[in-house]
Amino acid sequence: MRYLLRRAVFFVLTLWACITLNFLLPRLMPGNPAIALLAKFHGRLNPAALKAIEIALGVNVHQSLVSQYGAYLHNLATGNLGVSITFFPDSVSSVIRGAILYTLGLVGVTTIIAFIVGTLIGIIGAWRRGGWLDSLLPPIFVIFTAIPPFWVGMLLILVFGIQLHWFPYDFAYDPTLTPSLTLPFIGNVIEHSILPAIALLVTSIGGWILTMRNTMITTLADDYVKMARAKGLPSRRIMLDYAARNAILPNLSGFAMSIGFVVSGAVLVEYVFNYNGLGYLLVQALDSEDYPLMQALFLLITVAVLIAILLADIVTVVLDPRTRAAR
Amino acid sequence: MAMIFEAAAAQTAGQLPGATEPGSGGNAGQAIGRMWKAIRSNGKALTGSVLLALFVLLALFPWAIAKDNPSAEIYKPTLGPSTAHLFGTTSYGQDIFAQAVWGTRETLIIAVVSGVLSTILSVIMGLAAGYLGGAWDSVLNFITDVLLVVPTFPLLIIIVAYLPKVGVPGLIAVLVITGYSYGARQLRAQTLSVRSRDYLEAARVRGERRFYVIMVEIIPSMTSLIVATFLGTAVYNVLAAAGLQFLGFGDPSSVSWGTMLYWAENNEALQTGQYLWAIVPGALIALLGAAFVLINYAFDEISNPALARVPITRTRQLNPILRRLGANRSG
Amino acid sequence: MRTDQAEWLDASWAEQSGGPILEVRDLSVCYHTKRGDVLAVDDVSFDLARGEFLGIVGESGCGKSTLLFGIAQLLSPPAAITGGSVRFEGTNLVDLNDHQLASIRWKKLSLVMQSAMNALNPVKTISAQFTDAMRAHGVTSRQEIADRSAEVLRMVGIDPQHLRSYPHQLSGGMRQRSMIAMALLFTPDLVIMDEPTSALDVVAQRSLMIQIKELQQRLGFAVIFVTHDMSLVSHFSDRLMVMYAGQVAELGATRLVFDSPRHPYSSGLLDAFPSIRGPKVDLTGIPGSPPDLARPPSGCRFAPRCPVVVDACQEQPVELRHVGDVLVRCIRPEGNGVVRGD
Repeated sequence: MRYLLRRAVFFVLTLWACITLNFLLPRLMPGNPAIALLAKFHGRLNPAALKAIEIALGVNVHQSLVSQYGAYLHNLATGNLGVSITFFPDSVSSVIRGAILYTLGLVGVTTIIAFIVGTLIGIIGAWRRGGWLDSLLPPIFVIFTAIPPFWVGMLLILVFGIQLHWFPYDFAYDPTLTPSLTLPFIGNVIEHSILPAIALLVTSIGGWILTMRNTMITTLADDYVKMARAKGLPSRRIMLDYAARNAILPNLSGFAMSIGFVVSGAVLVEYVFNYNGLGYLLVQALDSEDYPLMQALFLLITVAVLIAILLADIVTVVLDPRTRAAR
Repeated sequence: MAMIFEAAAAQTAGQLPGATEPGSGGNAGQAIGRMWKAIRSNGKALTGSVLLALFVLLALFPWAIAKDNPSAEIYKPTLGPSTAHLFGTTSYGQDIFAQAVWGTRETLIIAVVSGVLSTILSVIMGLAAGYLGGAWDSVLNFITDVLLVVPTFPLLIIIVAYLPKVGVPGLIAVLVITGYSYGARQLRAQTLSVRSRDYLEAARVRGERRFYVIMVEIIPSMTSLIVATFLGTAVYNVLAAAGLQFLGFGDPSSVSWGTMLYWAENNEALQTGQYLWAIVPGALIALLGAAFVLINYAFDEISNPALARVPITRTRQLNPILRRLGANRSG
Repeated sequence: MRTDQAEWLDASWAEQSGGPILEVRDLSVCYHTKRGDVLAVDDVSFDLARGEFLGIVGESGCGKSTLLFGIAQLLSPPAAITGGSVRFEGTNLVDLNDHQLASIRWKKLSLVMQSAMNALNPVKTISAQFTDAMRAHGVTSRQEIADRSAEVLRMVGIDPQHLRSYPHQLSGGMRQRSMIAMALLFTPDLVIMDEPTSALDVVAQRSLMIQIKELQQRLGFAVIFVTHDMSLVSHFSDRLMVMYAGQVAELGATRLVFDSPRHPYSSGLLDAFPSIRGPKVDLTGIPGSPPDLARPPSGCRFAPRCPVVVDACQEQPVELRHVGDVLVRCIRPEGNGVVRGD
């Protein structure tokens, strides 16, 4: 449990560091560009929202840095993230709420599929050294990781969208429909997410394959695998229960890193497909200098990644009894 | 995803052509020589190196291949490919082929310069944390870990959003700061494991100063890990830079593959049938990234021979060898 | 003998021991490396009788572990068997594939490795590891599995409550012993042991050896015990084999080999282990190092380091010959009749 405790402490500390970074960034930049912007909106925002933005961006405040920080934290805790400039007068939180599920779906599902399929290919490839699974797939997919995901998206749009008309390639759902929890709408969303998902999948799966394959190969040389053979256990059981079960442990910590990469790739992929998720919002906010929205999005994305990492740590504790040892 | 090789490199850094046991600084030279020989014999490494060499040539002598000025808007716009214009022209009447060739320079400069600087930063942060230990380690390591965990592209966006137009140097600076963390972590781990080895104790007892120990004893033993870090960071930088330029950062008026994509997207190249404008720069980025990845992949195999392609040994195959060895055995 | 215990003893134990259970003939194992092919085991032949305890000793790199895994058909690339046969109870194991070997593995032939920390799956409990061995061989009743698991643990002196433990939760000695218990699940005819005591301290080593010997005498299985510690194994083995550079250097009854080693290498090995009692003698080692097996010397392989070498030794390779009741690979065994009192 010490392990989990350490990871939880790291989670809290990193969260604090990101919140503080978010707070400091606008104040560190030469000539706060937010000032001019807010002057424009001064009369049209309700006072609470205006105050929140000013605190968040360090504009027009006559308090000390410390009390600003306190106010900023308070706003965060109460969900008062200010008002979006792009989508004026909608609040930042409502704008985010409208987009978060799409990104969660896209990134979440893609990561899970990439993880499962990539890990399986890595396991089987390492088990049957020299087969086509081992010689062809890993190098090909590893090379794919060097391809910009947004460019793959563009290719997919070109081939499957524009030329073949097989899949839609604009927005997260048909703009003529209204979002609802009905089956046809969900089906429509899924349809719209296929091409972006493929772009993300193809460029991220290589990492999973390679790391799993490499740790698997090292594990296969371990004595307990030899012992399992000596015991006359069936091949599949050795591969899964003895080798893979141990090989996957170091990969779980790699999960943390790769989530960051997939999220990063998703920003531009969403942009290319006009997929209205958080990444698309981020780029829009960038274009219109919507600092409140940008800040909030950055924080949210970071928190999501941290949570995913913590989940991976929990899974590690479940799978590896050595981490539960009292030390 | 591009950084995955460094984990493997770290695992095996002790057993490679690049890593050597105790001694003096001459090891780095020997190590590189051995690595070079190993690269030449591996198919993937060779392909990657050839590709990289081609790009370097293009970057150094673009005028030899493309005669046109890439920014000159002197041609008829939106032409398709032809013998005069290999990839056609942009909406502004520029020759796409010229842009692609001349754009190599800026892209490569960004990749290499930020790669080198990032690696240097990784070495400093990683070694310092690992070697100095104690409070230094905790603080430096924490900073690195946070930067590692934070998704880098959103962070990049936030930073460049607040900066006034900074152009390419600013781009490089930002890439270096966000990209050094993975390498730093691997190097720190390696430093920690190497720190307790006897030959370092011997150096300390001899009275060598810390700086000497670091430069002459530790760094040469991690040559391969450092090279792997550089290659991984280079790929990351190519992709991240392309992404940022695609969004309009850096200097959109300069010619590089990323800015080509920016203008292509802004002029709806795909929708208006100007496919090459969008496809060519992306393909080149992919090829450059692939070159680094191939070299890195092969490097991985070289340092850990267990990972290399194994021919399936059949007993019958070995009998001729047996016969050769057993020439003077009876029966 | 309780009835349920009787069920677990292999049917063949009831037979009268007629003939050896293991016949190794001209076994050779080669490592196919980039530098060249290394013949790690070169034409090794020996028999093993039912219930016999054979010790194999030699320095690191002499091929003893490779020989062991070659016999058990557990070699991995780049190592492979390149010649010879391993007849276990009549069947040549070298010809069989994994599927055919499965019915022999563990039921008749089991393995104990050097480090239990590495040989036991770190993420499974002891009980789970016992269980999957039994399930793989057709034992399905949960009760039977539980009973037998507890029984073998008690045999090695471990409280069955530790079935629920993970390997890292046990002490080193307990781990080794549970590994031995696991090897005895089906009371096999032959247990192969690769330096099972090397990872333990001196006291634990001895108590483990005594326990192994006791189990062996009680249950009647044969043992091939590989170690670098000649003096340790000589108290327990029936026969002793000394290996050098992939070949058998000396093979014979323990008392004969240990008390009066014929091969200069064997006596060199013995001299390297001083006895605790007896007169003080100067410590001597064996100068030089083992030959590079990728390019073995023509002639006797020990010649470069041999204290009694003559020209004839390096002219052609030496065969194993009988000297009294012992097999020796030396043309000058007479020069080494040093009797050791211990």
